[in-house]
Amino acid sequence: MNSQSAFAAALLTPELPCPSGLKTWNGSDPAVRFAVYRNNVTVSLVDALAANFPVLQALVGEAFFRAMAKAFVQANPPRHRIMAFYGLGFADFVATFAPAGSVPYLGDVARLEMARVQAYHAADVAPLEPQALQAALVDPETLMSLQLVLHPSVMVIESAFAIFSLWAAHQGVLSLASVDPDVAQTALVYRHALNVDTMELAGSVGQFISALNASQTLVDAAGLASHDPAFDLTQALALLIRLQLITHLTYITTGDLQHEHTH
Amino acid sequence: MPNQSDAVSPTPGASAHKLPTRAGVGLKPEHFQEILATQPDIGFFEVHAENYMVPGGPFHHYLTRIRESYPLSMHGVGLSIGADAPLDTRHLNALAALLNRYQPQSFSEHLAWSTHGDTFFNDLLPLPYNTATLRRVCNHIDQAQSHLGWRMLLENPATYVEFAASTWDEGAFLTEVVRRTGCGLLLDLNNVHVGSVNHQHDAHAAIRAMPLAHVGEIHLAGFAAQTDGNGDVLLIDSHGAPVTQVVWDLYDYTLGLTGDKPTLLERDNNIPDWQVLLAEANLAQQHMRLSRLCKPSPDAIFKASSQVKRPASEVAA
Repeated sequence: MNSQSAFAAALLTPELPCPSGLKTWNGSDPAVRFAVYRNNVTVSLVDALAANFPVLQALVGEAFFRAMAKAFVQANPPRHRIMAFYGLGFADFVATFAPAGSVPYLGDVARLEMARVQAYHAADVAPLEPQALQAALVDPETLMSLQLVLHPSVMVIESAFAIFSLWAAHQGVLSLASVDPDVAQTALVYRHALNVDTMELAGSVGQFISALNASQTLVDAAGLASHDPAFDLTQALALLIRLQLITHLTYITTGDLQHEHTH
Repeated sequence: MPNQSDAVSPTPGASAHKLPTRAGVGLKPEHFQEILATQPDIGFFEVHAENYMVPGGPFHHYLTRIRESYPLSMHGVGLSIGADAPLDTRHLNALAALLNRYQPQSFSEHLAWSTHGDTFFNDLLPLPYNTATLRRVCNHIDQAQSHLGWRMLLENPATYVEFAASTWDEGAFLTEVVRRTGCGLLLDLNNVHVGSVNHQHDAHAAIRAMPLAHVGEIHLAGFAAQTDGNGDVLLIDSHGAPVTQVVWDLYDYTLGLTGDKPTLLERDNNIPDWQVLLAEANLAQQHMRLSRLCKPSPDAIFKASSQVKRPASEVAA
């Protein structure tokens, strides 16, 4: 009875027949005209993915990318109305997309690109004054419970592949031919003012930042990263300060309650 | 920033917000910096509301600065007013937040649907025009206008099929929607042209059948052409090409009936350099100037609307 159900179902399932009840002035097959809607829906969603994953498209070529994106669109149409974030599940889809099985790093490259999209649109939060962090670090009373809140754009992507180099090779920074994809890399994505930046991190520094992002205390995050003898907490903090990625300080209280010390 | 809609009762007929009677252009991220740097003389900008439903970053940065210098039209593409399902309250809340933040001069949406169940199709899908859909569309517009505290303009769609279940023509349907809800009309003349070719009816009659006294804005855009199953021309509302002469002619005709109206040049695909869009907006501005010189008789609207026979509400399908 619900005509929109039939119309909607046929939009994303090409095997379904054209919905009934459609008219054309010249008696021509309505399916040809319905195909315009089918095409508009699919193409607009594939275009939305293409806009968010340019490096992925460059790596596999436009034809392969669009076929892969179309398969994703048909299986995972948008569940919300904001196209900027369409494709949050695309990396997982790509990683298990059988025809792309010979290129194992595609999923992680997609994760990096989606992180850049999220960073671009992340909330605007002012960085903490460096003096506030300095003061917090020299207070032995509270150091153990100190948490660093990072800018909402900050994301760390760990990979068994050279995702930073693969991405950078498409920014004119280095040549793709020189990249060995089978080198594990960790990438940091963040936005400074209006620009999204991406840089390579040592794996332990990535784990440190990820732990901070997961609301671990500074001390616990540093402990986690210190399995790597090369991890240097001072340098890691200097990096966060230099990139202006710390926005707030909070403290875990004994009752595990948090209260905020703002700048 | 005070919310004007809090200060007045959300009477749909109240027009506290009004676009200037000039040409405007759809705002594209590609042009943010050039617009800020050159401060072009243009009537207003229009944005798709959903593109700005993001927490922060460059989109809000640039729109905030551009809004400081220009009137703004907030054009929604995702409310799904024609859907056979309740409006999404979260989406209405997101719209309300944007309207409060940017205080645009106009808010508009489409006579179409774009959601079904929990799927969003990112396209403007057609609906039959009959008593049941009229009631549903009016209920949704009433709900949106009272939730948002904002009178909306409703845009006529570009369509590729017609429905056996339709018992009203589009102009009569929109006239009744406007009468019942107090919303205004966003008259998309490219959509009128596309529909007149795709369904082989007279574009001028289709324009005269619209609630022309309630036009708050006109849209102009380009289209693409393909063929249908019989090899007849089928026009696609692509927003990817310059406005064609036939649509400029419909624009002149419409201005003769309505007088000058805020007019948007829409371009969402194949986006050219800013100067190209600015030149097209200036062309629309010239059409407005010429239409004033041509001086349509003051009762043109009245005469035109009296020529339109009120369509029987039950036309044989």
